Amino acid sequence: MITDLIRETIWSLSSNKARSGLTILGIVIGIASVITMVAIGQGAQSSIEKNIEAIGSNLIVVMPGAQRVGGISQGAGSNQTLIIEDSDAIKSQIQSIKAVAPEASRRYQATARGNNTNTQVIGTVPDYLTVRNITMDIGSFFTDQQVTSSAKVAILGSTARDDLFGVNADPTGQSIRIKNVDFQVIGVTMAKGGAGFSNPDDAIFVPLNSAQHFLAGNVYLSDISIAAIDQPSMASVQQQISDLLLARHKITDPLQADFSIMNQNDIIATATSVTGTFTILLSSIAGISLLVGGIGIMNMMLTNVTERTREIGLRKAVGTRKIYINLQFLAEAVMLTFLGGLLGIVLGWLATIAVTKFVPSLTTQISTSSIFLAFGVSAVVGILFGFYPARRAANLNPIEALRYE
Amino acid sequence: MHILGALDTPTSGQYFLDGKEVSKLSDDELSDLRREKIGFVFQSFNLLPRTTVLRNVMLPLLYSDLTQKQREEKAKQALLYAGMDKDKFNNLSNQLSGGQMQRVAVARALVNDPAIILADEPTGNLDTKTSQVVMETFKELNSKGHTIILITHEKEIAEFTDRIISIRDGLIEKDEKQTHK
Repeated sequence: MITDLIRETIWSLSSNKARSGLTILGIVIGIASVITMVAIGQGAQSSIEKNIEAIGSNLIVVMPGAQRVGGISQGAGSNQTLIIEDSDAIKSQIQSIKAVAPEASRRYQATARGNNTNTQVIGTVPDYLTVRNITMDIGSFFTDQQVTSSAKVAILGSTARDDLFGVNADPTGQSIRIKNVDFQVIGVTMAKGGAGFSNPDDAIFVPLNSAQHFLAGNVYLSDISIAAIDQPSMASVQQQISDLLLARHKITDPLQADFSIMNQNDIIATATSVTGTFTILLSSIAGISLLVGGIGIMNMMLTNVTERTREIGLRKAVGTRKIYINLQFLAEAVMLTFLGGLLGIVLGWLATIAVTKFVPSLTTQISTSSIFLAFGVSAVVGILFGFYPARRAANLNPIEALRYE
Repeated sequence: MHILGALDTPTSGQYFLDGKEVSKLSDDELSDLRREKIGFVFQSFNLLPRTTVLRNVMLPLLYSDLTQKQREEKAKQALLYAGMDKDKFNNLSNQLSGGQMQRVAVARALVNDPAIILADEPTGNLDTKTSQVVMETFKELNSKGHTIILITHEKEIAEFTDRIISIRDGLIEKDEKQTHK
């Protein structure tokens, strides 16, 4: 029986190669388009997320709180409450953080070879690179060793370099003078392209200890930057830091905290809304492709079976039982949708590769869920509309089916 | 005719075939009855398109207990019996002439060795000469013991048979037996 069924199905499909081919083509295109569309959409989504990360998201900054003199707030950052031990405590006690960079920064006049500029001098540690997504252009950043030994070395931001040594000059090995202390330049950072009041390129980086000893003359930090490992953990990291510092500073009322914590909420909010829009866009594209593909498959199966009503009538007239006719058409529908589905997955995959090849700026990412979704929907639609009309035809009186034009 | 062939059940009245009341049978029982007792020959041949002659004849044997080889054997016998050339067995059904198609249809009706062969205007789509050949085949089958019920409105075709029942507007007009030379 089973072999009869399989043999009859294969015969039936292969004796109508054009018809089977077209049906399969419909399914292939339906599935391939869903897979490709979703792959492009998801690729775009992840590349947008990557771009947002590059700005320096997942960043939490702890700043000393406002100093209160007789009840008058002197503004955030005016107090000197953060010390390196706070930073070390955060680094060792808080989960889900990637890097911690304590900073002692202040604006100073810097001079070199007769040029001078007023710039932000940031005393920090090598982890600053990770926290702020900074990469080196020339030379290298200072090491932890140089921080400990209060080495008199400096890294120039690209704007500071331009101001002191000229555009695109290589200043390594030269020395600059900040507050009457000579620092040797050992590197220049890659321009980040930010602009305005907080241009990250208009800065000079020196080891934290050097900044505290030679420039500020005290042990206080101007802020601590923390990079959380990912966006979802930011809220909890922020809360943990707050709790930790309150405990360390022996403050019970959070409203009286002598520090404030800021995170890049605005960037995260933007990221969330962009990803949200993308998710909606993606689902609608997938939905429409599925709908179009599904309707195509439905049409093919319906015409296919309706065209064969006479054949069904004949099969009944020569005494084939209804169940076998139903089974045969079900088997045909299953075979068509699975063949089409497999080819569609392969084609969608190839199309995705082709897209990445010809439009390199477009990243793609094939998702398994889109494959299952496309395959599942086309299989259900194909089998339903291949089987249901056949069942209806098999229920017809053979005479009516035979007369069907 | 459709009622005789168990293709349809009567809305009123009764039809007994081999002592069974056909109007009371289920769809599947009707299918079994058609497969085992009745062979059909249609005016428009009703062969499966783009399918070999052999497979067309084997259609009624589908899902039976016979092996593929036995089925082919039976189909070949029926085809030879119906006067098909051996070298046409693997031709596709749409490559045949009208007469050949009708012979394939006759072979298909024969393959289960049914008691009754029901032919609905089998010569309606054929020219006179081919009709003669097809009718000769029927006559021969009849002489070998098959009951043949043939529906036609051509007098010459009717002349081949032993008994003519004339029906006009659904009522039997005449029932005459005839003897041939």
